[in-house]
Amino acid sequence: MKPFFGLFACFALVCTLGCDSSKPTADAVLPAKSFDSDDTASSESMASDAAAPAVAETVAAAGDGAVNKELQGKIEIDGSSTVYPISEAAASRFIKQFPNVNVTVGVSGTGGGFDRFTKGETDISDASRPIKDSEFAVAKKSGISFVELPVAYDGLTLVVPKDNDWIDHLTLDEIKKIFTSEGNAKTWSQVRSGWPETEVKIFAPGTDSGTFDYFLEVVAGKNGSLRSDMSTSEDDNVLVTGVAGSPTAIGFFGVAYYEENKDKLKAVPVVNPESGDAVSPDAQTIENGTYAPFSRPLFIYVNTKSLGRPEVKRFVDFYLQNAAEMAKQTGYVALPEAVYASAVKHARARKSGTHYITADGEKRSGPVTEVYTEENLVDIK
Amino acid sequence: MSSSSPDAAIPTNADENRLNDRVRELLASPRRSLAVIRAREAGVYVLLVMCGLFSLLVTVAILWVLSTEMLNFFSSDEVTLANFLGSTEWSPLLGSTKSFGIWALICGTMLVTVIAMAIALPLGLVTAIYLSEYAPRRVRGILKPTLEVLAGVPTVVYGFFALTTITPILHWLHGGFGVYNATSAGIAVGILCLPTVCSLSEDALQAVPRALREAAYGLGGTRFDASIKVIVPAALSGIISAFLLAIARAFGETMIVALAAGSRPQVTMDPRNEIQTMTGFMVQMAGGDLSNYDVTYYSMYAVAFTLFILTLTLTMIGNIVRKRFREAYE
Repeated sequence: MKPFFGLFACFALVCTLGCDSSKPTADAVLPAKSFDSDDTASSESMASDAAAPAVAETVAAAGDGAVNKELQGKIEIDGSSTVYPISEAAASRFIKQFPNVNVTVGVSGTGGGFDRFTKGETDISDASRPIKDSEFAVAKKSGISFVELPVAYDGLTLVVPKDNDWIDHLTLDEIKKIFTSEGNAKTWSQVRSGWPETEVKIFAPGTDSGTFDYFLEVVAGKNGSLRSDMSTSEDDNVLVTGVAGSPTAIGFFGVAYYEENKDKLKAVPVVNPESGDAVSPDAQTIENGTYAPFSRPLFIYVNTKSLGRPEVKRFVDFYLQNAAEMAKQTGYVALPEAVYASAVKHARARKSGTHYITADGEKRSGPVTEVYTEENLVDIK
Repeated sequence: MSSSSPDAAIPTNADENRLNDRVRELLASPRRSLAVIRAREAGVYVLLVMCGLFSLLVTVAILWVLSTEMLNFFSSDEVTLANFLGSTEWSPLLGSTKSFGIWALICGTMLVTVIAMAIALPLGLVTAIYLSEYAPRRVRGILKPTLEVLAGVPTVVYGFFALTTITPILHWLHGGFGVYNATSAGIAVGILCLPTVCSLSEDALQAVPRALREAAYGLGGTRFDASIKVIVPAALSGIISAFLLAIARAFGETMIVALAAGSRPQVTMDPRNEIQTMTGFMVQMAGGDLSNYDVTYYSMYAVAFTLFILTLTLTMIGNIVRKRFREAYE
């Protein structure tokens, strides 16, 4: 029986992670990927654990896999469900080398994560969009300074069920018709003539997620809104199940969840507004920017005060050193070498502040290679 | 139960002797000062009163929190009472304008409850009649504990069961069912409520005096006649309490609907649709969808208060109905 096995696996996972962290092989023993996406926490962490054994070997082969039991402490991470797979991979690799450091990774959504981060409750916040003006203001007020570090590229992916045979590509205008309050297409025939007369069913990430914010801004603009009759969930696996099970559905989320569920879902190519070509999201198109306008950088924000603790410093360094490889492994796309290099520099020198808000409180946007420079840094002071 | 063993209350000789021994022991114990005894008695009294007050305090505290936070909700500019009670659109997070029409959520809750009760009430009552009137003692000894195991299954398991077993079956029977739909959640809630209905109804049926049964048989009634025409009507007040308890349980059930019913609040009578119940909304909000203490956050309390009022009304109706149908024997 599936449900019972799911629960059992859940329980086993909790036990292995919880009871003895000094056993580095503990979670490599877990079954790789045993059931489909119904269960949030366990299936996610299992999926990323599946990658872990291979990683442990490569690290060992490289020669710096020596287990260090000296380093102790606790690192608390929360935030975006999109960044979660990368942070989770980083955490599970890290504790293999430093078994006495306790790393927890939560999934409250980018907004929920910043909510806690700007109050000083977490050390690191995962974010699938840069910090907002309002969140920056809270950080200022509570005196939380932070270092902003890009870790990977994501291609926000529009998905339909695998057996959908009529959607070949979508233009931005058609996407607007489907998702915005003004467009409000009820049937697919209203989106493009010739498409079936069936209901448009939408599964979207919750409003607290960075993915939602990003999509909203690209599709509906700053003052626009998405339609109200969508099913929303903070849990991307709920969306996967929903889209895969409804023949006339469409949904969107980070490319990693699509990569993980390729057997059930189909990614819709999006027409690049500049070149006019329909482009599918893959490593190449996301990195070179042709998958537009839906490719975006992902971030982690580190509390500067926490960065003073040796275990957090070690972890962030470790994270950035391995980010390119972990990004690929979890289904995302690595950033250019130069960006990682300047991120490492930022972290080591503790250069705090955001690059995405100007000194006047205006939002700054553009490709990460251009925005992520020292001149653009604005601190909380 | 008194009908089956009428003499259980009469103490036997052995019991009496033991009792006498204990009284003698008490008298023989050394005299203590009156002040100590009084202080101890007072202490015990205070302790007991505090235990009693505790539950009262908790209730008052919950009510207090619910109503103050709800006032925060209604004092917001974005909310009007007319919109809350008059609109059928619940869209606190999405769309161009926020709308807080509670009916969308009430409708979801009602739909799930009706489906659940359509399963739990008849099935529970029939099972109770079987267990109480027809089943041989041995069958009853197996069946009743099995049924009670159902009540002990965690609701999250029922949620998974609905999503991974009931929904695919429904989908196979009829293609119109969505991945998340009201029927699947309703069936699971129904199964969840089944032991409540069955166990309490059975107790009520068992409590009907044996004399009534014997009279029914004596008049030439069959077992069926006796059950339906005499015993069930005599136990009606207990059966109705069982029903109302089950309905209240279905109202408040959270985990199953959060997993299987979906997250799209809408007014619909079509059980194949995806819906959201009041509890489902609260769970979604609490699970990370809420942003810094704005009106959407407070809407959670308004929904909770509505749910509280509905459940309270149900309990009060239950009391009235129970009094009306009360049949007192002996």
